[in-house]
Amino acid sequence: MPALSPTMEEGALAKWHVKVGDAVKSGDVIAEIETDKATMEVEAVDEGVVEAILVPEGSEGVKVNTPIARLSGEGEAQPPPAATPAQDAKPAPEAKAAPAVAPPKAAPAPRAGGQRVFASPLARRIAGQKGLDLAAIKGSGPHGRIVKADVEAAKPGARGPSPAAAPGAPAAAPRPVPSLQQMGIPEGSYDLIPLDGMRKTVARRMTDSFRDVPHFPLTIDLEIDGLLAARAKINAMLEKDGVKVSVNDMVIKAAAAALMRVPEANASYSPEGVAMHHHADIAMAVAVEGGLITPIIRQAELKGLAQIAREAKDLAERARTRKLKPEEYLGGTFSISNLGMFGVKSFSSIINEPQGAILSVGAGEKRAVVRGDQIVVATVMSVTLTCDHRVVDGATGARWLQAFKPLVEDPVTMIV
Amino acid sequence: MADVDVLVIGSGPGGYVTAIRASQLGFKTAIVEREALGGVCLNWGCIPTKALLKSGEVYEQLGHLADYGLKVEKASFDFSQVIARSRKVASQLNAGVGFLMKKHNIEVIEGAAKLDSGQGAPKAVIALKAGGSRTVQAKHVILATGARARTIPAIGLEPDGERVWTYREAMVPKAAPKSLIVVGSGAIGIEFASFYRALGSEVVVVEALPRILPVEDEEVSKAAHRAFEKRGLTFRVGASVKKLTRSKTGVSVEIEAGGKTETLQADVAIVAVGIAGNVEDLGLEALGVKVEKSHVVVDRHGATGVAGLYAIGDVAGPPWLAHKASHEGVHCIEHIAGRPSSGLESPIPGCTYSNPQIASVGLTEAQAKEQGIAVKVGRFPFRVNGKAIAAGETEGFVKTVFDGKTGALIGAHMIGAEVTEMIQGYVLAITMEATEAELHATVYPHPTMSEAMHEAALDAYGMVLHT
Repeated sequence: MPALSPTMEEGALAKWHVKVGDAVKSGDVIAEIETDKATMEVEAVDEGVVEAILVPEGSEGVKVNTPIARLSGEGEAQPPPAATPAQDAKPAPEAKAAPAVAPPKAAPAPRAGGQRVFASPLARRIAGQKGLDLAAIKGSGPHGRIVKADVEAAKPGARGPSPAAAPGAPAAAPRPVPSLQQMGIPEGSYDLIPLDGMRKTVARRMTDSFRDVPHFPLTIDLEIDGLLAARAKINAMLEKDGVKVSVNDMVIKAAAAALMRVPEANASYSPEGVAMHHHADIAMAVAVEGGLITPIIRQAELKGLAQIAREAKDLAERARTRKLKPEEYLGGTFSISNLGMFGVKSFSSIINEPQGAILSVGAGEKRAVVRGDQIVVATVMSVTLTCDHRVVDGATGARWLQAFKPLVEDPVTMIV
Repeated sequence: MADVDVLVIGSGPGGYVTAIRASQLGFKTAIVEREALGGVCLNWGCIPTKALLKSGEVYEQLGHLADYGLKVEKASFDFSQVIARSRKVASQLNAGVGFLMKKHNIEVIEGAAKLDSGQGAPKAVIALKAGGSRTVQAKHVILATGARARTIPAIGLEPDGERVWTYREAMVPKAAPKSLIVVGSGAIGIEFASFYRALGSEVVVVEALPRILPVEDEEVSKAAHRAFEKRGLTFRVGASVKKLTRSKTGVSVEIEAGGKTETLQADVAIVAVGIAGNVEDLGLEALGVKVEKSHVVVDRHGATGVAGLYAIGDVAGPPWLAHKASHEGVHCIEHIAGRPSSGLESPIPGCTYSNPQIASVGLTEAQAKEQGIAVKVGRFPFRVNGKAIAAGETEGFVKTVFDGKTGALIGAHMIGAEVTEMIQGYVLAITMEATEAELHATVYPHPTMSEAMHEAALDAYGMVLHT
């Protein structure tokens, strides 16, 4: 199982593109791997014949570096050692053995779902010696720390009840969730869709964020007639290039510009301190089948609207087919979630950790507004900024909205 | 309806610490003490002996002032003031425990408790010091009545307060004896031997087992034996006491070693042949509490098997150490409160405050081998440690015992100056389940004697730097 991102610990083998006996050459797509965020194609980096498929299609929770198939060198007889095709760099006369583990074997500190597994040095050492997966062992020490007794009691190959419930999970014991039956919903009255990687990730990240991040919403109304007029002009101009700028693209641009004007809102909380980001990397929430993902427009403050529109379109399309690379959705300093197209008037999103704020964009609709002493009709859009109070205080959030409002209402000012 | 949630019987380091933790956990708590708050540890044990030993150590140092280029003329001591200082230290700490009880809203009941069957837990009938009696029904009763010196009257090993002492009399005599026989070479016997030798007494220590400090690692025992002999202590090891007889002027102790008998004469004898749990007059038998060899039988959480009754510390068995009592007490009350268990397997260090000091934790090399562990052993002498040389404290060494297969530190043994303060580094390492890798990777400040701890860990893996 190749590591497809720096934080990847395990993946699901979604699909095999080859079968035993197939000859593959470097660059051939041999399998699709589903991680918590995306489905990625795995290419062979080597030539050879697929000798054995070691991990069947549909297997979930396959640890990184687990051999998934055995590739024999061309013309080779049946060589015994297992190899991960995607990892071996150059052909060798024999099938490639998994890299030998360096002497004092200690199980690495795995991160189950990004969480560190706490284990004593001795527990790590013994787990390494016995070939045990620490993430599958329940710790009995202080704060669920895995101690010697736990690894000694564990059986080789033993797995925890489910990867998500494995230790290294938050120190606080997870809230016990009663079964649906206990809640009065009889079995058979529903279909159960297994939790896939994305669903688990969304569930965990949103729960952690909503529980642990002190968040508050700030809502304002924006008049967007000016923005709509500007958009029409811009699109007329860009038509020949086949680019169409959406309201959301303009909101991304305005948000990036506002973050440059109120940099305190472009911040992340960390135990070491508040990280003040240099660039506005805007994550945009994209609904996809089975969940959502937030691809990122990097350094949006430096990009023109046409470029933002092109990137946003490409990212959204590839998000829907789960073809994003991890670096395209990991990171980001500020999020935008837009449910305006569904007619939602206003809502407040959950903080996308570690970002300090997220903007929820409602529908643009004609409303009666009071201008001077007159009631007039204007196109109004409500937006809500949800702030992580640890880094963005009420006044900071309000100042950001104050900077954001004129940029949207009078888009010409974005040029400045 | 219970009067209190938790009733602790005995206010030694086991009892009073348990009471504080109980109060912190929200239990309405009371504590019964028949003598003095703080128990033996504060009043007649750990603390006042440390005061005596300090006086002895300082006085002994005066004899070595020339080594440091210093001079003092006609050094002497006022024995009554040495004792007075020790008592003052004890009374200061005794008052401190009283303050702690008040601070944590723990009611102190002065009197002797006797248990009877009650509701959910035994009830305590307390004969009050001030007269009269009072009955307290608690939801949980924790016995922390401690222990006292074991005596063997049949062969004369029992105190008379004049010629034959236990630790208790040995702590407050009117004068230092000219000659002294100490029966038993555990920590208590060795500490008194060390103290009185420092003040000039002729001291013979009699040990029934083949070596002194028999619970320590054999190499440490040997080194201690040599170091004490250098200071003028004499030993009879493998020698059993046949009979102790007292007269108006002194004691004579008949011993037998290797088939030969010998009679030792001295002004005074100290009996330090172990500890007997305080299990009497508590009504334990009627409640059906299991008592074996003067100790209450308990499970790993201190439960006695009688509903609502627990026992911790010395009365619940060895090792008879104050910190073990506190640790057990805290664990017991946290268990009662439904807190998750941790620290059940924590190693209990042992310290002897003689000169030189001795400290150890975990398994001795011999114990580890008995368990079939392929050990890796490291040693480092203070003789080549810079700080020790500068301080003129080059006696002693550090020894480490590792499990050769897993690299776990499983034992550490030290003898030398201030090793009782240093052992904690290894205690933490074992508790945290450190391996040689963490001990090697740890930075030890220079110049300190603790560098020897690093070297001893390195030595076990053939990586020692300074020998």
